[in-house]
Amino acid sequence: MLEFAAKHPDKLIDALLEHLEIVLITLIISLLLAAALTVISMKIEPVSRILIQFFSVIYSVPSLALFALLIPVTGLGMKTAIIVLVIYNQYLLLRNFISGLNEVDPAVVEAARGLGMTEMQILMKIRLPLAKRALFAGVHLAAVSTIGIATIAASINAGGLGTLLFDGLRTMNTDKILWGSILSAGLAIVVNGLLGGIEKRIGRVRQ
Amino acid sequence: MTSANPAIIFQNVCKKFENSRTNAVDHVDVTIQEGEFITILGSSGCGKTTLLKMVNRLYEPDEGKILLFGEDISTVDAVKVRRRIGYVIQQVGLFPHMTIGENVAVVPKLLKWKKEKIDARVKELLTLVGLEPEEYENRYPSQLSGGQQQRVGLARALAIDPKIMLLDEPFGAIDAINRLNLQDELLRIHGGLGKTFLFVTHDIHEAFKMGDRVIIMNEGEICQFDTPRHIAAHPANDFVEMLIRSAREQEQIFFDACQ
Ligand SMILES: Nc1ncnc2c1ncn2[C@@H]1O[C@H](COP(=O)(O)OP(=O)(O)OP(=O)(O)O)[C@@H](O)[C@H]1O
Ligand SMILES: [Mg+2]
Repeated sequence: MLEFAAKHPDKLIDALLEHLEIVLITLIISLLLAAALTVISMKIEPVSRILIQFFSVIYSVPSLALFALLIPVTGLGMKTAIIVLVIYNQYLLLRNFISGLNEVDPAVVEAARGLGMTEMQILMKIRLPLAKRALFAGVHLAAVSTIGIATIAASINAGGLGTLLFDGLRTMNTDKILWGSILSAGLAIVVNGLLGGIEKRIGRVRQ
Repeated sequence: MTSANPAIIFQNVCKKFENSRTNAVDHVDVTIQEGEFITILGSSGCGKTTLLKMVNRLYEPDEGKILLFGEDISTVDAVKVRRRIGYVIQQVGLFPHMTIGENVAVVPKLLKWKKEKIDARVKELLTLVGLEPEEYENRYPSQLSGGQQQRVGLARALAIDPKIMLLDEPFGAIDAINRLNLQDELLRIHGGLGKTFLFVTHDIHEAFKMGDRVIIMNEGEICQFDTPRHIAAHPANDFVEMLIRSAREQEQIFFDACQ
């Protein structure tokens, strides 16, 4: 197993980097989209319910099925994988963002409104900082889930650590299976630990 | 003190909440002159907060209208109306993620005052409500007692020197001695600046001490609106009479204890 790593370090590193690339691009797009949808939801209350309902239905579809469904539309490869992952993340992010922002003490929001803050100022200066922790919890969840589901994306040629796993399974190559598992699990665990640490630190600020 | 345009006019104002059968505020017709200190007295749930919140458009009346200095507020942008009015909310509602200084500075910052002007104003206001700026300015609300938080709420509402102040039980959590001091301080602030105050309380002593005129509310309606002296001499109905009798009885208990 170590021999394999010594002989083909590039294969492992490439797969890992590719995986990170998918995850990072997905998260950036997911966050931008979720932020925009959250702002709209906070302005128009019924929209938030419709969006969460919609994304929760999609979230319940198994990832492999969703990948397969999109292939005729967007083809094989990383692009399709990222689209699917972004859609999945919308459920996790929106649910956490919207509930976090709405859970801020109503008396505090009313005081802000009474002092003459606009709804946008209330969102940016009051709700957002007070919901920091819930917002970050959503990001944390989305990151870990993306790392996991991205391995399955290798089945539609998106690359990443899943490629090692699928190759290994196809050719019964134990080294590839082991390295694929170790790296994808390790990545998820490390990222989970890091984000968990940050989340705890945010929680300790005030209140 | 009178002026061409009364500061606040309620014209036949009604407010009914969706899930309720009765009006929370019922046909209120009241005119308040500029510079008056008005106290609103009534038992819990009689509609005091609801009445107050219609003045800064946190609630909209179902019927009637409210005029501020002659202007129908339903025709003015709600944010604009609120920036002209100081508001101390019953639940205090300090911003937990901001220091005391930042809490007081919120509205001046919205209005983009210069930093030096804001700093000076914050210090002035904290001193005014009896909180040493050096000691409290950089603390967070969770590091203050309930009564201290209420004082910060008052300072925050006074920040831009609004002509109309709405105060919803601002001294609810403050002990008797400090309360007397703050009452005097508030009367001084009011008298010195010719502002119009609407002050909610359910303490009859506070209402009669502070108010030029007192609004007595019961079940959404105004029972009586008059000077403390007139109300005490000529209670308008049984409810007002009971209120005054209960205050007298309390005094009697105290008087007896001193014998
Ligand atoms: N947002 C709301 N939705 C429905 N009903 C409400 C709402 N706010 C107040 N009420 C009801 O309206 C009535 C008047 O309430 P309000 O808060 O004005 O009373 P209050 O005189 O301020 O009482 P307190 O002295 O306890 O603060 C009450 O019966 C209350 O239950
Ligand atoms: Mg009230």
